[in-house]
Amino acid sequence: MYGKGILKGLSVTAKRFWTTYWEDTVWFLRRLTGGEKRYYSPEGIARRSSKDARGIFTIQYPEEKLPTPEEFRYIPLLVYDEGDGGQKEVRCTSCGICAKVCPPQCIWIVRTNDPKTGRPVPQPAEFFIDADICMNCGFCAEYCPFDAIKMDHDYEIASYTRNILDLDHLLKSASYYEEIRPQNAAQENEARRAKEAAKAARASA
Amino acid sequence: MATPSSISTIDLSASFPGSVRLDDRPGYSGWIVERDSLVSLATFLRDELGYDLLSSVTGVDYLPEDKMEVVYQVYKTTGGPGVFFKVQLERQDPIELPSLIEIWPGVDLQEREIWDLYGIKFTGHPDLRRILTWEGFDGHPMRKDWQEAFYEEETKPFKSRWPEGEHVSAEEKNPYKDNLRFPQKFNPEKWTPTDPEEALYKSLKKSISFDEEGLETEQIIVNMGPQHPSTHGVFRAVVTLDGETVTSLKPVMGYLHRNHEKIGERNTFLQNMPYTDRLDYFNSMSNNWGYALAVEKLMGIEVAERAEYIRTIMAELSRIQNHLIWIGMMLNDLGTYFTPALYAFEERELILDIFEAASGSRMMCNYYRFGGVVRDIPRPVFEKIKGLVFDRLPEKITEFERLLSENEILISRLRGIGYLSTQDAIAYSMTGPVLRASGVPYDIRRAEPYGIYDTFDFEVVTNDEGDMYARYVVRIEEMRQSLRILEQALKDIPEGPVMSVKPVYQVRVPAGEAYGRIEAPKGELGFYVISNGKPNPWRYHVRAPSFINLTALEKMCVGNKIADFVAILGAIDIVLGELDR
Repeated sequence: MYGKGILKGLSVTAKRFWTTYWEDTVWFLRRLTGGEKRYYSPEGIARRSSKDARGIFTIQYPEEKLPTPEEFRYIPLLVYDEGDGGQKEVRCTSCGICAKVCPPQCIWIVRTNDPKTGRPVPQPAEFFIDADICMNCGFCAEYCPFDAIKMDHDYEIASYTRNILDLDHLLKSASYYEEIRPQNAAQENEARRAKEAAKAARASA
Repeated sequence: MATPSSISTIDLSASFPGSVRLDDRPGYSGWIVERDSLVSLATFLRDELGYDLLSSVTGVDYLPEDKMEVVYQVYKTTGGPGVFFKVQLERQDPIELPSLIEIWPGVDLQEREIWDLYGIKFTGHPDLRRILTWEGFDGHPMRKDWQEAFYEEETKPFKSRWPEGEHVSAEEKNPYKDNLRFPQKFNPEKWTPTDPEEALYKSLKKSISFDEEGLETEQIIVNMGPQHPSTHGVFRAVVTLDGETVTSLKPVMGYLHRNHEKIGERNTFLQNMPYTDRLDYFNSMSNNWGYALAVEKLMGIEVAERAEYIRTIMAELSRIQNHLIWIGMMLNDLGTYFTPALYAFEERELILDIFEAASGSRMMCNYYRFGGVVRDIPRPVFEKIKGLVFDRLPEKITEFERLLSENEILISRLRGIGYLSTQDAIAYSMTGPVLRASGVPYDIRRAEPYGIYDTFDFEVVTNDEGDMYARYVVRIEEMRQSLRILEQALKDIPEGPVMSVKPVYQVRVPAGEAYGRIEAPKGELGFYVISNGKPNPWRYHVRAPSFINLTALEKMCVGNKIADFVAILGAIDIVLGELDR
């Protein structure tokens, strides 16, 4: 029969249409019984991005946002540790590996030189990231031997001007970094502690 | 994965004494042929030895040795290793070389590209115009002595970045109007693009036809694009029409050209990895693999076993989402507007969530490294992949079939349209689902297995019809086969490290050449990489399936209606990021 295939296809769209309302009804009952919401709630977003997602699929950005996974990477940041007196202890030693590995060459570093001896000091005098050129590849964070440069999670950076980020913009506290990447930070802290312990053991031996 | 694995052991120098010799440079393989014997060698390879599929042609500029080389790679559609042969030429301007278009019509666009980028003239090519750059372009940009207007240094990393890295914007150094170059005697103010357009229109085939009463009918030229919504980006096709029927067609491309290969030669080996993401931006996972494969061949390193499985999982997920999007966009081209496209996007979003959680980015994954992958798949993500592969996707693919496969309107738009015969498909160097839809069971995962594909049980899907409906059916079935591979990979994946070597930011790559090719969702994706032992590749060439599959566009369109052109183009599955490079 001509048209059977079309009807078969329409049955799929009809089923989808029906499922949408069915899902809404189910979630309405859930809301009454357990207080779970389909929209504007973490459990609703989790459901819509799980393998069991049915019905309306859209995440209502910007009111709703998909949670960023830990490995999500967007524009680097520089980590500083908070010293006992509240001073910023910048982890970066301006070794330049990030600037060398950067594929679009968007990292610019001025190394500090000791004014008396003229020898390099392990601290950046200036640090620029041209965020308009940055391709968010994450190599700088991957190959940094000091856990100093990391990828941020903040993706809402639209602006009217060019984004040339200097030290003021780039420096973020270690606690912020631990907040966005808890597992990575824990692993790295563990590795650093182990290294220091080994160093101390060697020194005392 | 020994270095010369893709090179067969036949002895060509015995058949062509004096004019063909073995390429014995360290790290190189294949044959060097004299210019005069090129055509006879090519004919011999195709007719006597059965190397019917020309995979890739490209130029190499050996500036220090003052010569240029054209490298041909040919394969058998029955599978097995290929043959490389090269012609070495004096470095002058222009260089001439006989065209192989009579033997393999698939060289058409590739020879134009070499002329455009290297300035090597192919005598006998019927339509040798620039293809990726524009007609007022100064010089041939892939030559090693050509420098871009914003030239900074020969290779990265640039010295200005560290330790005295005071930031300077590119536009400060190259102010507007100073940031481009023209040939001598060229005045951009007075230039009107009539000459190149004339040349383009002249390249279209002319034919005279008469109606029943003997009146001559006029043919009209129609420009589709470059901004036409159906062209999947900024792509243009010039069509001559007899009534509504296409009589001749020329693709015009390069609007998104950024000279990816030149950028690649300025980059270090590792720096190229994120750039490959930007080729076919739907399948960055496959692109990474192709490039990693080529460099791993050069370095002679093995890949960690768990990483091989992860690579397979990611590449097959990528294939599924690519084919889903293809169905959606294809139907969009046919005029169903958004229903199938949005259904496809739902599944794609779920797959992209996986990519994001594993690699850090939804589309620009940059996930593969030489010797493995950057990090393991997190445990919860692994569970999500299993959920998708075992529960959701099989059902959704069946749903797509119910939605579309028997739809009478769809069938009447696809059946018998865009026909490409088996012989033509091979001759025009088609690869991927288009070639398989013309009845050739050629899939690199089987023909020359890479990674661990030889351990999986799956079928190469083919269809003998050669029309657009066949391309649709092949892709649906391919998704099922991908699911089969995924099921096996998820079941067998071993524990262990995901890198076989220590990750370093500056890899040491021994001198030599390597061609890494994979079965990307759109066809054969090849990376031809030459190293001279320095930190940057001397040559980095991408054999882009979207680009080469367009060679047969005219063949498929002639005789069909103009409305079908949109669908035929869609059925090839092109992505402009890869096409224009």
